Amino acid sequence: MENLLMPTSERIAEGGVEQLAEVPPNGGTAPASTFQVKNMSIWYGEKRAIQDVTMDIATNAVTAIIGPSGCGKSTFLRALNRMHELTPRTRMEGTVLLNGEDLYSSTVDPTVVRRRVGMVFQKSNPFPTMTIGENVVIGLRLNGVHDQKFLNERLEKSLRMAALWDEVKDDLNKPGTSLSGGQQQRLCIARTLAVEPDVVLMDEPCSALDPIATAKIEELISELKTKYTIVTVTHNMQQAGRISDFTAFFYLGRLVEFGVTTSIFTNPKERQTEDYITGRFG
Amino acid sequence: MRFEGKHNHTFRKFKSAMACTIAFVSAILVILPLGLVFFYLLINGIGSVNWDFFTKLPAPVGAVGGGMANAIVGTLILLAIAGVIGIPIGVLGGVYLAEYGSARINSMLRFLADVLNGVPSITWGVVVYGLIVLRFKSFSALAGGLALGLIMIPLILRTTEEVILLVPNGYREASLALGVSRWQTIVHIVMKTASKGIITGILLALARVGGETAPLLFTAFGNRFWNHSLTEPIAALPLQVFTYAISPYDDWHRQAWAGALVLVTGVFCVNVLVRILTRGRGASPV
Repeated sequence: MENLLMPTSERIAEGGVEQLAEVPPNGGTAPASTFQVKNMSIWYGEKRAIQDVTMDIATNAVTAIIGPSGCGKSTFLRALNRMHELTPRTRMEGTVLLNGEDLYSSTVDPTVVRRRVGMVFQKSNPFPTMTIGENVVIGLRLNGVHDQKFLNERLEKSLRMAALWDEVKDDLNKPGTSLSGGQQQRLCIARTLAVEPDVVLMDEPCSALDPIATAKIEELISELKTKYTIVTVTHNMQQAGRISDFTAFFYLGRLVEFGVTTSIFTNPKERQTEDYITGRFG
Repeated sequence: MRFEGKHNHTFRKFKSAMACTIAFVSAILVILPLGLVFFYLLINGIGSVNWDFFTKLPAPVGAVGGGMANAIVGTLILLAIAGVIGIPIGVLGGVYLAEYGSARINSMLRFLADVLNGVPSITWGVVVYGLIVLRFKSFSALAGGLALGLIMIPLILRTTEEVILLVPNGYREASLALGVSRWQTIVHIVMKTASKGIITGILLALARVGGETAPLLFTAFGNRFWNHSLTEPIAALPLQVFTYAISPYDDWHRQAWAGALVLVTGVFCVNVLVRILTRGRGASPV
């Protein structure tokens, strides 16, 4: 009885350990978790957007968050680097541990959290007053790095990691907004990587892009996971299937089901998950 | 059946044409005074705008010639003092309204700023007269500059707030997500993105107070000679125009026309500058 009332996530946390170890995403070793989210609830004013979510997010893997609009997946993502606090009148309960440290401890500065947990947004947003090069290193500059040699090295490294270097290496002084949509999004990824975060959060990074640009970003995500832990929100179920190692299905602010992507898509345990991924609602 | 009633259609076309005509005439009526003022100033003033006008002090009563060099420089000094007072307070206040503060306090501040914008400019002169001139027992450039600066504050505050609110939230979020602090984000991302709009607001405020006469009457007071200290009275172009225009001398009247022409041309140039600034890539919408 008590067990049935527990959120799915906790049941996974308790009983699903072997299941996670069954298909390790990074070859052999059981996945360590970067984030440990415990009993997270978030309110916007009176409205409860996230209800009692508990899940571990694996290191050096891609975790996809799926669910219908308004299910709280963006809120959950933004709570992982405290971006949701920018919305007035938010309240949060529960804990989020990043590599064992409590992100919401009263001594933690949200600015420092965001330096370690980067974020890429749905709409590419290179700073319009800056060149391509300036856009990439602005995070370092504003955090007090002024060594030009170091900045140049980091600029090239970040653009290479974002698979953009070959396309823009001769145009670093052109405005960031002169790039195509897909390139702008990769520029934003390079900008995020330049501050060397531990985690990259992505909030529907491809939803404004054409299929070719989307394919490039997806390929990039798969490459990036060797170095970073990635959490991405997506509306596109095929995309979640293609790029993610783990998938979490959110519905009405609750975590309905969470597990290895292949088993979620081939053998969902919850009726709601099955209905959603087969397109019966959402 | 539905398309019957041709008369109705003709009548509608007629109404539409009437509305268009009325709007057109109204638009002309708006532009007409500007054209007339400029034309009239040109006819009456251009004859007295010469090298002497820009380089010489006013001639003594009765003597022919002389210029308004001291008044032109005086206006520039007054604008500099006004800018030092009005620009930082106005810009920072606008940033506060747009980025910080609670909705209730902000709407109150906004309302007060709008009230201040509507206060007749002579009131500012009286206020500064009471606060500064009486206390230090002297008219001064500082008092005049302060009066103009106080007028600038609510003007700059409101334009700064509006252009900062136009900066899409995505840029703020992108910067904060890089671990950049709130204040750094505001200064280096938000204000930089809105800089053209902020500068436009500052220039328009300077152009507006540059032509003010009333607040200077009991503060800067005017001066027929060069000003040697900011604690002494100082000449200003609009004040000089006022003094000359109400004088009984024809020669002074001509100089007043010339002064007004120079003043209007200056304001016009600032507005053209604003247009040039706001054109081009990434212009802030104003």
